[in-house]
Amino acid sequence: MMRKDQTLGEYLREQGVSRRGFLKYCSATASLMALPPSAVAQVAEALASAKRPSVIWLSFQECTGCTESLTRSHAPTVESLIFDAISLDYHHTLQAAAGYGAEAAREAAMEENEGEYILVVDGSIPVKNKAFSTIAGISNYDMLVDAASKAYAVVAVGTCAAFGGLPMANPNPTGAVSVSEIVKDKPIINVSGCPPIPVVITGVLAHFLTFGTIPELDALGRPAAFFGQNIHDRCYRRPFYERGQFAETFDDEGARKGWCLYKLGCKGPTTYNACATLKWNQGTSFPIQSGHGCIGCSEPSFWDKGGFYEPISAGMWGSREALLGAAAAGAVLGVGSAIAARSRKKKAIAEEEV
Amino acid sequence: MSALDAIPVTTEVASGNVEPLLHEIRHALKRLANGEKGTVIDLKRLPLAPGEEEKIEAVLGEGEVRAEVDALGPTQVMETSYPGVWLITHRNAEDSIVARFVEVTDTPELLKSQPADIEYGIQKLETELTN
Repeated sequence: MMRKDQTLGEYLREQGVSRRGFLKYCSATASLMALPPSAVAQVAEALASAKRPSVIWLSFQECTGCTESLTRSHAPTVESLIFDAISLDYHHTLQAAAGYGAEAAREAAMEENEGEYILVVDGSIPVKNKAFSTIAGISNYDMLVDAASKAYAVVAVGTCAAFGGLPMANPNPTGAVSVSEIVKDKPIINVSGCPPIPVVITGVLAHFLTFGTIPELDALGRPAAFFGQNIHDRCYRRPFYERGQFAETFDDEGARKGWCLYKLGCKGPTTYNACATLKWNQGTSFPIQSGHGCIGCSEPSFWDKGGFYEPISAGMWGSREALLGAAAAGAVLGVGSAIAARSRKKKAIAEEEV
Repeated sequence: MSALDAIPVTTEVASGNVEPLLHEIRHALKRLANGEKGTVIDLKRLPLAPGEEEKIEAVLGEGEVRAEVDALGPTQVMETSYPGVWLITHRNAEDSIVARFVEVTDTPELLKSQPADIEYGIQKLETELTN
């Protein structure tokens, strides 16, 4: 484990890693951070003198999918080394300690690294009643406010922390809100996704480790390197969309030939994430490659934007209010759509029964 | 034949990125021949359809030089059938690919002995001779 007074370069040398090995590490790290290969020399220079930063990880209203995404990613060497190179001082799912002892360790790490540590949060925060979610008797709200006040920056991991996520879905029984609804005076990096791609989580930590700064962000506070382009623009099935070749059902000829899934509800055109290039399970595949449309899990309110299997064009009337307005303005169209929908439903049930 | 192979799925998918990438390599090779700087292309950053990375490998082919670097897991360095175009595959200790690059250069940086390692080697040899 890297000591606090060591630089990463010294630590790797102590581990018997040659300069050549270090350059390989830097090449993979630059790729991980979505930096151009020409930035490797700059990464090498910065990483060689990087010191071990403190990270405090808080989990609130969440399913632990974000932590699972990270820890089940088969920990390739580069990511393992990045985790060796940070001091994960508190993560109540992963640590052995619990209760007051664990909280005392968190408070000690906060004091010791005041103004310098990275606060990672997964899960949303209930504000309807703060007692809905507590850790060691401390509400999520109070713990976040306290931990964020002394942090250098906050990384909101997962769509729940970034945008409220599933706990915030209509009717939002706990009054769940995102980190940015509460923390207003610290830089916040939103690493959305349900869960986020593990490489994106480590990429953000690697950026901080390398440059000691937060990466360039998009309008929703997400790292532009990973969320700068939509799934549609980076999708290998895009040429089929251009040619108007769509799968109409999940078992038709178009589906078998790997045509575009837009008509089956793919949210790729409105979803910004890196799945199409980084992929999942060590770069094996991503939903569209597996034959299912993107559900838009890295976007705000994706859970309340209408059916996952309705095309985006149908979802433009997504909210209840808009639907009522549309019904009043175009009742004939509405009735027609309703009949068509009922007919589709009946047909599906009939086919199911056969 | 596995059960998966029995599923009647045919793929005629092409991202349209293979040919532009090969042209990018051609342009980089011309620049190198004119004495300009080398180019590195990160293959993990390109949207490629299933099988297209293998297609790129097949087009580039295998050249005269192959080397394996054992540093933080194995790295295969291979000159393709086009001199000056190298395929570099970084693997971790579990043999999973962590990064893959096409490097257009006369000698990949990773194959060169590094000044810091040479210094370390001198110290090691001096210690050996002293003892």
